[in-house]
Amino acid sequence: MDKQEYTITLYTENSIGMIGRISIIFSRRKINIESLNTSPSEAEGIHRFTIVIHETEDVVRKLCRQIEKQVEVLKAYYNTNDEVIWQEQALYKVPTNIVTEKAPVERLLRRYGASAVVIRNDYTVFETAGHREEIDALTEALAEYNLIEFVRSARIAIIKDSEGFHKKLKEFEEAEPAEEVIENRYLNKQDKVFTM
Amino acid sequence: MNTLEITKDNSQDNLTGGAKTTQLSGSQAVLEALLAEGVDTIFGYPGGAIMPIYDALYDYSENLKHILVRHEQGGIHAAQGYARTSGRVGVVFATSGPGATNLVTGLADAMIDSNPIVCITGQVFAHLLGTDAFQETDVINITAPITKWNYQVTDACEIPTALAKAFHVARTGRPGPVLIDITKNAQIQSFDYTGYQVCNHIRSYRPKPIVRREYVQQAAELINAAKKPFILFGQGIILGKAEAEFKAFIEKAGIPAAATVMGLSALETDHPLHVGMLGMHGNYAPNVLTNDCDVLIAIGMRFDDRVTGRLDKYAKQAQVVHLDIDPAEIDKNVKATVPVWGDCKETLPLLTELVTQREHKEWVARFRELEQEEITEVIQNELNPTTEIMTMGEVIKTVNELTGGDAVIVTDVGQHQMVACRYAKFNQSKSNVTSGGLGTMGFGLPAAIGAWYGAPERTVVAVIGDGGIQMTIQEFGTIMQFGAKVKILVLNNEFLGMVRQWQQLFHDRRYSFVNITSPDFVTVAKGYGIPGRSISDRTDLKQAVKEMIDYDGSYFLEVMVGKENNVFPMVPQGSSVSEIRLK
Repeated sequence: MDKQEYTITLYTENSIGMIGRISIIFSRRKINIESLNTSPSEAEGIHRFTIVIHETEDVVRKLCRQIEKQVEVLKAYYNTNDEVIWQEQALYKVPTNIVTEKAPVERLLRRYGASAVVIRNDYTVFETAGHREEIDALTEALAEYNLIEFVRSARIAIIKDSEGFHKKLKEFEEAEPAEEVIENRYLNKQDKVFTM
Repeated sequence: MNTLEITKDNSQDNLTGGAKTTQLSGSQAVLEALLAEGVDTIFGYPGGAIMPIYDALYDYSENLKHILVRHEQGGIHAAQGYARTSGRVGVVFATSGPGATNLVTGLADAMIDSNPIVCITGQVFAHLLGTDAFQETDVINITAPITKWNYQVTDACEIPTALAKAFHVARTGRPGPVLIDITKNAQIQSFDYTGYQVCNHIRSYRPKPIVRREYVQQAAELINAAKKPFILFGQGIILGKAEAEFKAFIEKAGIPAAATVMGLSALETDHPLHVGMLGMHGNYAPNVLTNDCDVLIAIGMRFDDRVTGRLDKYAKQAQVVHLDIDPAEIDKNVKATVPVWGDCKETLPLLTELVTQREHKEWVARFRELEQEEITEVIQNELNPTTEIMTMGEVIKTVNELTGGDAVIVTDVGQHQMVACRYAKFNQSKSNVTSGGLGTMGFGLPAAIGAWYGAPERTVVAVIGDGGIQMTIQEFGTIMQFGAKVKILVLNNEFLGMVRQWQQLFHDRRYSFVNITSPDFVTVAKGYGIPGRSISDRTDLKQAVKEMIDYDGSYFLEVMVGKENNVFPMVPQGSSVSEIRLK
């Protein structure tokens, strides 16, 4: 099986130490986390982790099962890049005189859809969002023009085929689902029960 | 949001609403929680950061028995032994810093062997956290990978919910150790106590999978069509309290079954369908025939590398049915054709109903044929040696004869462990206490103490090597003070035998630091008030073991056995199970 980029989406309780408990699952197996983002989710009180790793599907599936074993993780999903809408954000600080004086810089910024966040006499801060390659290309291009500072965020991603977590959360909150509910809800969705 | 609020599910709000409150200290709340959870025994060791809890314990000592161990590692191994023979949650107290770090080995052991344990550690005052205070250590992060769940309490109000959640997590689903770290200020603090509510639901935790009948159906179809079905059973049967369901299943389906080390005693050794033990030093037939069966049914076991040997040559011809409560185990090492995810207490009866009543006479006979080979080549010499020097096997055989297979056999780790697991006879469940996954030397003696508290009416025999006993020999003190009636049987070969065996077989007899000297154990035991003797002559064996078993109290017996005896059969590392060597 080939390695490729996978986006892992976790829904967890918002408790102290979650990042540590999650990250050691990767480091124990000597797997590098390419990017990790935590944020609130669509469901109130539920935290959302977005983790990017480069691995085979087999490894990713096993990782997700190990992550779901954590008592405070509600659900772990993994997706390939074509199953998610994703982006990263970047901030660039460049000398203002270069932006105003060098025509190629302006063209570059336009081409990558970068917009100014702060303009000062001495420097200007631009931001852009997009896929990794786009951001990397702009960074590389700007490096020729005295790029003073650069930072890129972790990936955030929306799963194309997801109904969100509200419904799932309701299921989790039920202490003892009634027998007939169980039959309908779980048994009819064969693969989805097992696929994490 | 504080996660602990989650445990207060809807039903509990109604119960506690408007209830009378009393003022309690955090420490008292800890002990109230233990009483409410039915705890009767605590294994612990006091220290600065847990003193308020010990102060409160002074008033609770009528209802809560506290066993003062001699080292925190001994405390947690004892709690593991207790959990294993009683089927209940083992409870440990330790102080902050070194007290907490001394629990680490036991936590790792309990984690990999799925023992339900709740550890309560003291911690420095909340305002000192992160200041490198005296005896401060980041126990939450140190223990994160080796606990099923852990939590730091800094406010007394959290104590009832934190402990309720701890017990729920420790004993449900696939059990495991939980650690609750309580800062000293929270132990001292008074708060409005509204009573203890047992936790039975955490929204982010689904310990009991909903059984999907179509998979049970598929499993039954595979089993019914099989010509050479073979069952592997693990500790899941014992943890799921499904011994009767398991027996009903194999008896109806007529399928031979082999145990993992951790699964031993789930089925009585003498059962006609019990075909022995799996793994590196397991029996010949189950290892060889793993690569010959057509349907492999794994129940409550996790395909440890010591069981599977080389994975790419493991049961490749077979279709695999895997019953387990932990979804992470399914497809982890061996790909399942049909996964039956669920509590085997529930899934086994469903399966039994669907399987056809059968007898696989010829197939079972093949196990017995190979067993004969093993008897001729290995077992005969081990149990009835013709040499003057005693073997470990004949000692275990003598224990079997004198206890009739009713004893709890606790072992340490190494050659004696494999020999005990291979030859000990078990008539009832929860009789085999050993460190399986972690292979923790030093486990035996403290685990045996705990095992006795978990089943004080039973005979508990701790079989330990001369290396392992020296790792936790300080627990003689615990026996001396509290009187656990543990029978300590040291099989002394004057070597770290298992390592020596490997050095002999795979390192060209370069015996590197395996030659271990021992003190005069009998004198040491005597110093702790434990009577005993040492024997090196076969003619004394039976009488000495009898004396040990019959003695009303703890007794120490050392048996000098062959120095360079090896444990066989053996699946060499990197080999397939069917390449198991008889010599």
